[in-house]
Order: sequence, then structure tokens, then C-alpha cells
Amino acid sequence: MVKIVRKRALNSSVTLLEVEAPLIAQKALAGQFIILRLDEQGERIPLTIADFDREKGTVTIIFQKVGLTTQLLSELEEGGVILDFVGPLGCPTELPENAKRVCVIGGGVGCAIAYPQAKACRARGIAVDVIAGFRSKDIVILEEEFRAVSDRLFVMTDDGSYGERGLVTQKLQSLVDGGVRYDAVIAIGPVPMMKFVSQTTRPYGIPTLVSLNPIMIDGTGMCGGCRVTVGGEMKFACVDGPDFDGHKVDFDELMNRNGLYRGQEARELERHDCRMDQMARRLMGRKK
Amino acid sequence: MANMSLKKVPMPTQDPQVRSHNFDEVALGYTPEMAMEEAARCLGCKSKPCVGGCPVNIRIPEFIAKVAQGDFREAYEIISDTNALPGVSGRVCPQEVQCEARCVRAVKGEPVAIGRLERFVADWYREHGDETAARPASNGRRVAVVGSGPASLTCASDLARLGYEVTVFEAFHTAGGVLVYGIPEFRLPKAIVGEEVDKLAALGVKVETDMVVGKTFSVDEMFEMGYEAVFIGSGAGLPMFMGIEGETLAGVYSANEYLTRINLMKAYREGYDTPLKVSRAAAVVGGGNVAMDAARCAKRMGAEHVYVLYRRDEEEMPARKEEVHHAQEEGIEFMLLTNPVRILDDGKGRVGGMECVKMRLAAPDESGRRSPKVIEGSNFRLEVDTVVMSLGTSPNPLIRSTTPGLEVNRRGCLQVDEQTMATSRPGVYAGGDAVTGAATVIQAMGAGKKAAASIHAYLREKG
Repeated sequence: MVKIVRKRALNSSVTLLEVEAPLIAQKALAGQFIILRLDEQGERIPLTIADFDREKGTVTIIFQKVGLTTQLLSELEEGGVILDFVGPLGCPTELPENAKRVCVIGGGVGCAIAYPQAKACRARGIAVDVIAGFRSKDIVILEEEFRAVSDRLFVMTDDGSYGERGLVTQKLQSLVDGGVRYDAVIAIGPVPMMKFVSQTTRPYGIPTLVSLNPIMIDGTGMCGGCRVTVGGEMKFACVDGPDFDGHKVDFDELMNRNGLYRGQEARELERHDCRMDQMARRLMGRKK
Repeated sequence: MANMSLKKVPMPTQDPQVRSHNFDEVALGYTPEMAMEEAARCLGCKSKPCVGGCPVNIRIPEFIAKVAQGDFREAYEIISDTNALPGVSGRVCPQEVQCEARCVRAVKGEPVAIGRLERFVADWYREHGDETAARPASNGRRVAVVGSGPASLTCASDLARLGYEVTVFEAFHTAGGVLVYGIPEFRLPKAIVGEEVDKLAALGVKVETDMVVGKTFSVDEMFEMGYEAVFIGSGAGLPMFMGIEGETLAGVYSANEYLTRINLMKAYREGYDTPLKVSRAAAVVGGGNVAMDAARCAKRMGAEHVYVLYRRDEEEMPARKEEVHHAQEEGIEFMLLTNPVRILDDGKGRVGGMECVKMRLAAPDESGRRSPKVIEGSNFRLEVDTVVMSLGTSPNPLIRSTTPGLEVNRRGCLQVDEQTMATSRPGVYAGGDAVTGAATVIQAMGAGKKAAASIHAYLREKG
């Protein structure tokens, strides 16, 4: 059981929680994830570690409300507890040796995971450009944090309401065309974004790391739910990843597998006239 | 006077039509009268062949004699002297290839129902046993146990009885390993597993859940933390797949995932959040106990048709006979000598059927087993929307990759001295599926028992 020591709403749908998890904070490295379960009836969901503080013994997670569990998680307050919090799982990110300059690309809530990557690169003395993409101004997150750990920060919005108008891939293309030489690109965000970033870097042969988010249960190499095809081989994101070579990942397959329960979730929502009621009951139940 | 009936006293069971729609236990257990009647079939042979067939050497004729006399408490004492989990093994052991296979009564007629009697005694004690086991005096020495499945629970129990301070580290949120995530409620009620774990706590064993050894901390760090010996019972690893087309379509599960969603995460119960695909027709590929469990779960989750595909014939199926029989009663459709060729896409990235081929058994090869051969041109299409692959597992890499000097075999299983269960690292012992690959609960328990004795000997010598 872990206690929530800090909560911050980053935008209307994205929340940051810092929790007391000293054992995990001690070991965590950029690229690794945790699995959490809210209560006895809860499901297990994986979330990539957004930050950690070894001295304070805390781990930070940032998540978007997309389903029941993340919705319930966002309702928790400082001082509240999460029943199960397991990690650090997966392999830490491995950058190419002697990398001098990297481009870290985050899309939407994926920026939460792109941030520790930028921070880790900076700590190793690597020059870091960050491209952070959002739908619009109102959902921009972590701008100050990114600015603090990057040489250059480019904020992109789909509608041009903030930063530059355009996609992260357009920015990346123009930087590369403009003569910037990246030793690696790290892309974290929605699967289509990672797919198109990988397509953008492929002709230039720039090593591209993506962080995958397949369906997972145990996170320790037991259930096999997180299998992905990488370079024609079956890999398990929980023990072989979650980072993989973006030029080898079958993104379409991943998108398809991630959609397995989508219809069911939608039907669930229809069936319950008032989902909030159910959540309130659950929250009350847990406090007992 | 012995009961000379050639048949076992039948086990009362839930009606197949009813039970195929619920998760309550299938076998209901003997009454005291039934148990005493069955116990009277035991001849009490001096040579006790049955004991040699038991991986934990339960003194079988002795406990059965007590059952025959109606002294169930004493029967329990005899069983629990060598078996830490009688309520579990009485339900899930493949007795027909172990103790019961060696029963003299089986020469003519059915063997004594040793498993059913063991279960009866364990259940009787759950209801009537009052005293909690006295907590042994601590010898002040600490031992760490990794994993909380049958091997680990047995090892922890034996060490605790010897006075060691044992801590069990479990990666999941609930202790029990395969007993909770794998074996379904209708075959092994989770309350029974929970009580066995509670008994360990009463012996002073600490259970730490949510701890992934190899990630949260390493085996080396456990020694630094003051543990003098470590037992690794981390269990089965990554599921195997066939390598055929379509295995990554949505709706293809490993048996591990399918069973974990249902058993551990309780996807079958109202109010639990873990989703499971609603199936109309499901195919389970494989012929072991895990395949039977997955098939029977699929039926209970509402699939109209559930097929078990096995590439050999029924004779060769590794599953317990009773499980196959129960599955047949529940309407599971067995397609023997059948193998999948590819899984078909419904056009939306989901399972839209399966192309299969018929097999025949060739003459026995060097191993003595008849190998299955494809019958060319026998391809046919099976209408299913869910596929569960139950083909075994390969060992988990987390511990071997983070523990220098820990030797593994060609398949990646931890290498141990079979007599002592000692690994290549001093003070580190291992047993169960982490060593053998997929095997049975009772074999794991036997390994845990051996390891506990070796750890005791090692620590006494170390001083």
C-alpha cells in the first residue's frame, strides 16, 4: 500500500500523483514502469514512471482519465492510498553509446514519460531537443519542466492555439532537413504518433526508441498479454521492453490488440446510467 | 474386515448442467460415512507401495486406518506431518499416476480413493480443527522465499517449523501463486488457499506481496538484508505460442492470461473491473490440466461451444483423467488428433475462425512416444471467435538475469542438484516450475520440502 503525498491536476484530464514508494524510488530508472491496483475489485494497470526522488523515497505517475481505473485514480486526494503499487518493472531505456545529441518527442500525456527521458539525457551531458505535441493550448502540460531539462523546446499544437501549429513529425522533419544531426530520437505518445515518428526517421537511419503500452496484467513475464511483434519476432513488453526499436515495431498490430476491450468499455458505460454513482460507492467502500 | 468392493465410493459432484454455469466447486467431498466406507477398502499393506508414489511421502496407510476408525483428527496429524497443503493436494494431485497407481487394490478393480480421503480429512479439519499450531521458538536465523506457490509455501512451512524466521516475497497482490492465478475456483476454492497461507502466518512466516525479486530487489540484496539462505520458487514464466499466422490477433490469449483474468482478477464476478472478451465459441489448444481449466472457464463465462484441440489422442493427454472426464460431462467438445494451422482475421483484426488440420500418430520414436504427423489435405475451418493457447511456458528471466553466478540449463530453467535442490550459488536453493518447467503442484511441493531440509542442513553446517 502506498500513500499519496502530492496531487496536481496538469489539465482537465491529466493528473500527477507523487506517492511514497521508497523501494521503487531507490531502483527506478527512466523508461521503467509500475503496476497499480486501486482496491480489491480493481484491475491491474501499468503506468510508466514519470519521475522519482531517491532521497524522498517517492515515485511520480502522470495519467490521463481514459477508463474507470484512471478516473477513480484521479479522484484520490493527498493522504489517500493505493492498495498495490509494484515495480520498477521493465528494462530502463538504453541510449546508443556516445550519443551527443538526442531529440525527445512527447505526444499528449506521453509527455509525462518523455520528461524523465529528457531529464536523464541532460544528466548524462547529452544535448536535448524536445518536441512536445498537443491537440490545443488548454491541454499543454509540463512546459516548465521540459524547458528546464532541454536545450531547445518546441511546443506544437494541432490547432495552432499555442506554440507552433503542426504535428511533431513536421517539426522533426524540418529540424533534420535543417541540418541538425541527432544520434537518437526517443518518441513517446499515442501509437500512431510513434509510428509516424519512426517512419520519419527511417530514411535517415536515426536510431529511434519508442515506449510501448500494450495490454498487461502481471507485468513480470507471466501472462503474455503484452506480446508485440518487433522485427518479426514475438517480444514481451514487460520483460523485453517497454522500449523497442521503432523501426522494427509492428504498430498496426499493437493498435489492434489495444482495442480489444474498447467496445466492451463503451457498452459498460452505456449500461450504467450514472457511472459516477458507482465510482462514489467504490470510493466510499475503500475509505471504510 | 476390509470393504472388498472393486469400486471407489463415488464422489458426489454438482450436476454438470448446473455447474457449467457457475464457479462453485465441482466435487462436493465425502461425508464422514462415505470416507469411513472408502477407508475400509485399504488393506494396510506392509510394503506401502502408495507411499513411494507420493512426492511428499505421506504415511498413507496410517492416515487411512485412522479414517476407517473415525479418528479424523489423528488422520490429519499424520498427513500434515509431511504435507503442508493437504486441502490443496487432495484436490489437484494426479493421484492416478502417483499413490493410487501403486495401490494393490488397483490390480483388480479401482485403487483406494487416496486423494478423496486426503481431501476429506483436510476439509474435516478445516471445520473441526480448533487449536492453531503452536508457533515454534525462533532460532533467530532468517531465510527468504521467493514466490508463494506450492513449492514456496511448502518450503516456508517446513523451515518455520524448524524455527527459522521466514519471509515470503510474492510479486502479485495475493499469495498462492498458481493456486490462485491458475487453478480455477471450481477446482480449488480460493478460501482454502487463503487458509493454508494463514496457517503459515500462524507459524510466524511473513508474507510480503507486491515484491518482484529481480526488480524491486535482487537475490544478492536479500543476503545483504540479512537473509542467510534464499529459496527460489518463482514458478512458470512466459507462455509459449505456436508461431502460426494470426496469433497476435485480438482475441488470442495465452492460458496464463485467460486464467489470470478470471481466477486472480475475478473477471467472472460482478463488480470487478478486469475485462474479459465475451466469447461465442472458443478453442483451447493443448491437452494438459491448464487447457482443461481454460476450457471449463470459457464454458462458464458463457461460450456456447468450447473446443479442446489436441494433436495426439486421448490416451496421450497429459491432463488428469478426472479433469478430462469432468470437462466432457460439462459439454466441452474434444477435437483430438487436430492441430491449428492458422488463425483467421475477421477483417477487423479479431479472431474470425481457425484453420485446422487432422493428425495421425506415427510409430513410436526414440523417446517411445508416438509422434503426431499431419494428414495432408485434411484442412478444415473451425468457427471460433476466441483462441486460448495452452502450450506450456518458458522460464521467467527476471531472476536469472539479475543474479550473477546462477546457472541455468539450455531451456533457461534454474539448474539444481536434484538431491539437495541447491543451485550453483551457495545458500541459494530452487524448486518447482522455475526448475522443471511446467509440472504438477505436488512435484513442486516435494521440491520445496527437499530444499527446506537442505537449507536446514546448510545453515547448521555454516553455523
